Amino acid sequence: MSFAKIPKPDQLIKISYAPPETAWMDTPVDFRPGTWSYSGAAKNLTYLDLPNPRAWQPADTDWKLPADWQAIILNGMKERLEKYRSFRLFLDVCVRCGACADKCHFYIGSGDPKNMPVLRAELLRSVYRRYFTTSGKVFGKIAGARDLTVDVLKEWFYYFYQCTECRRCSAFCPFGIDQAEITMMGRELLNLVGCNINWVIEPAANCFRTGNHLGIQPGGIKDMLEFMADDIEDRTGIRVNVPINKVDADILFVTPSGDYFADPGTFTCMGYLMLFHEIGLNYTFSTYASEGGNFGLFTSAEMVKRLNAKIYAEAKRLGVKWILGGECGHMWRVIHQYMDTMNGPADFLQEPVSPITGTRFENARATKMVHITEFTADLIRNGKLKLDPQRNDHIRFTYHDSCNPARAMGLFEEPRYIIQKTCDHFFEMAEDTIREKTLCCGAGAGLGNDENMEMRMRGGMPRAMAVKKVVEKHGVNRLGCICAIDRATLTSLMDYWVPGVTVMGVHELLANALVMTGEKERTTDLRGNDMNIDVDKSI
Amino acid sequence: MKNIGISLIAVLILAALPTALSAVGLTGLITNILPYVAIAFFLIGFVFRILLWAKSPVPFRISTTCGQGKSLPWIKSNPVESPAGYWGVIARMAQEVFLFRSLFRNTDVAIVDGRPVYGSAKWLWFCGLLFHWSFAIIVLRHLRFFVEPIAPWIGALSALDGFFEIGIPTLYLSDAAILVGLTFLFLRRVVVPQMRYISLFTDYFSLLLIAGVVTTGLLMRHFFPADLNAVKALAMGWVTFSPVVPQEISAVFHIHLCFIFVLLAWFPASKLMHAGGIFLSPTRNLANDSRMQRHINPWNAPVKVHTYEEYEDEFRGKMKASGLPVEKE
Ligand code: HEM
Ligand code: SF4
Ligand code: SF4
Repeated sequence: MSFAKIPKPDQLIKISYAPPETAWMDTPVDFRPGTWSYSGAAKNLTYLDLPNPRAWQPADTDWKLPADWQAIILNGMKERLEKYRSFRLFLDVCVRCGACADKCHFYIGSGDPKNMPVLRAELLRSVYRRYFTTSGKVFGKIAGARDLTVDVLKEWFYYFYQCTECRRCSAFCPFGIDQAEITMMGRELLNLVGCNINWVIEPAANCFRTGNHLGIQPGGIKDMLEFMADDIEDRTGIRVNVPINKVDADILFVTPSGDYFADPGTFTCMGYLMLFHEIGLNYTFSTYASEGGNFGLFTSAEMVKRLNAKIYAEAKRLGVKWILGGECGHMWRVIHQYMDTMNGPADFLQEPVSPITGTRFENARATKMVHITEFTADLIRNGKLKLDPQRNDHIRFTYHDSCNPARAMGLFEEPRYIIQKTCDHFFEMAEDTIREKTLCCGAGAGLGNDENMEMRMRGGMPRAMAVKKVVEKHGVNRLGCICAIDRATLTSLMDYWVPGVTVMGVHELLANALVMTGEKERTTDLRGNDMNIDVDKSI
Repeated sequence: MKNIGISLIAVLILAALPTALSAVGLTGLITNILPYVAIAFFLIGFVFRILLWAKSPVPFRISTTCGQGKSLPWIKSNPVESPAGYWGVIARMAQEVFLFRSLFRNTDVAIVDGRPVYGSAKWLWFCGLLFHWSFAIIVLRHLRFFVEPIAPWIGALSALDGFFEIGIPTLYLSDAAILVGLTFLFLRRVVVPQMRYISLFTDYFSLLLIAGVVTTGLLMRHFFPADLNAVKALAMGWVTFSPVVPQEISAVFHIHLCFIFVLLAWFPASKLMHAGGIFLSPTRNLANDSRMQRHINPWNAPVKVHTYEEYEDEFRGKMKASGLPVEKE
């Protein structure tokens, strides 16, 4: 299939925030090419035992819904209202103050009012009122209620797959209403009648079977990691070993599969390998639990649990003491806020203690999984690493807080500490665009596919423009992040809006600066680029 | 536009109601029956809604973190915006309830020179606070009608509120503030196209109804003085469950009462329940300690997983071929 042509940046930026003439309930959804994702393929649904596998596309008139689809959705809604306080409460208490409206990057980038978090929620809330509240049943439209029709379902699909579950709206809402939560419920409901997107369902099916989203089989993982070891040897003269499925290692290391699959994630992964070698860590990768990310999060709570279960299961099988997790965004939402509740208690593991520094990670004492930036920051703080930040002098760095570590974890300082110790040219973006107010890459939650490219470029525009500002002001040429999805999607985003800026993980930056015992003289960075090229430092 | 019109008509009908009722000699309905009905609706409804929310469990610990979480001891955490314990959560909730902390973050956005620019937009926060605080003070001041003798703190509050002694009778600061707040909130909704686009009937109606209460109140204080002794007698009658049909009470007062009791009765069925809901919001009232403390999901049920054995069974040949260890030969 060929992809829709995206307008040029100077066209795309002409965004109007004036709402349409027709009221939102009377404005039907338009499946414009470039702004939605292809449907989930039947084979993937079947593999995961999900309902209504069939061939269909969102732009079709007939979605081939089951005959009783309305009843299925309404029952599903009732069930979730009873299972989630968040769902019922967030449907009830919104005062439509509009504080969240212009906080969503999709609204900022598209001007479509249904991308205001408040209206995105009203799409579902209106149906909730119609079937679950007295005023909605009696007064109908006046009370903001409407029937559940096929058109409404299509609207849900379009807009719930135009939300990256980034939670920026939730930081600004006076009641903490989290549209990500409503989107998650909306997507669960859509899944009940077989309406989902392939970019989510295929990775989920792959992960269930092969252990990772990309469907890489055990030998493939080994080859990729060995290949990285070759590259490391080439750059540093040191052969790092690559422990895989090793029984009785101290630590199980789990990272998103994007890190061993493609550039620039692979450079981050090389960073991990070098670090672990240098400190002599007794750890192992796993091919069975070869995915830190969890596309179940973009499907249903049940799917989160099904996919996440492997991590503890593998830790138990291998007999490790605790688990270390790589750089990833939504992975850390799952690990931090869901894993222990869903698949714990991890009473077969020990409270994490760094074998190098002796530091006890008390903040992870129940879940027993430590974030790699916590681990590394602690190493640096205790003087366990020899670092030469000048090796990053060719890099002028800015840092993108990935949504989930920011707003679902509060992980701001550890990565910054590592950056400051490894790079002398670090420039923060504008305050409104970082930390808890960080702007999404525009392609998380399964939306990072090619057919959705226009919407990605729109949704990522606010982030890209914040980068552009530091490029102009400080000559920034590198955008750092701690998320595997970011490393892939920000790359396309930069190519479109801010050509010349490349993307890297924090552990790539670290590995450039890491002085390894017995290394040869380093002339290139991990990418094979000359470390001594001059960048204009006057700006 | 339609929603604004309908809300306005609804409020005008409510305003006409008392006059219509007194014309047919049914004033007692408003002074003696409606109060009890409204209070009953309010109390039962409020409790019912809270219990309904409380009945649904909080399966996951989904706090929205707006500051550095507690991690390594030498990393400075933000104990309020990313609370790690009980006290932090209380502080965070207090900030939200009393100061509208999150609303204070508000910005607006415009595309300037081909790039989004975020401007400070604290007016909503300021006028929202003005409205709510003055509303609260006005409600507290009204307690003077319901207790005898008047508690000293009520007198003190009223005195403080009328501190500047502008005009006779003194203009209460809270009265002026609530007018400013309400006017801003209403105009914003009507004038800003995006706000008009998202607004429902109930959004205009709540503001207009409260504006109706405030306006009739101010009219009585400054233009058509009500017989305060008669009002007090009526209010004490309600409290002691021996209401009398008062004689000397003005039409404006009847409208005031009608608005108030409709507001009370309607409250639990409306978005005004945010007043109770905010306390239950899981993104705000949970500590960010989910890796430190196990959180229990009461409906956590087993799911179908893909076990290591199944995995190895499928890939054993390939694993052996690439020299990876296997459990079964
Ligand atoms: C715990 C107590 C309460 C808290 C924390 C609270 C908080 C808020 C916040 C943050 C907003 C959004 C900003 C704004 O529009 O002002 C709001 C809106 C509103 N509140 Fe409250 N509120 C409380 C109680 C009440 C009560 C008791 C009433 C009235 C009887 C009320 C009436 C309203 C109305 C009418 C709006 C909508 C304003 C608009 O349409 O723009 N609130 N509230
Ligand atoms: S900020 Fe919260 S209360 Fe205000 S409109 Fe958005 S979701 Fe509703
Ligand atoms: S979660 Fe993010 S993408 Fe979704 S509505 Fe909120 S701000 Fe927009």
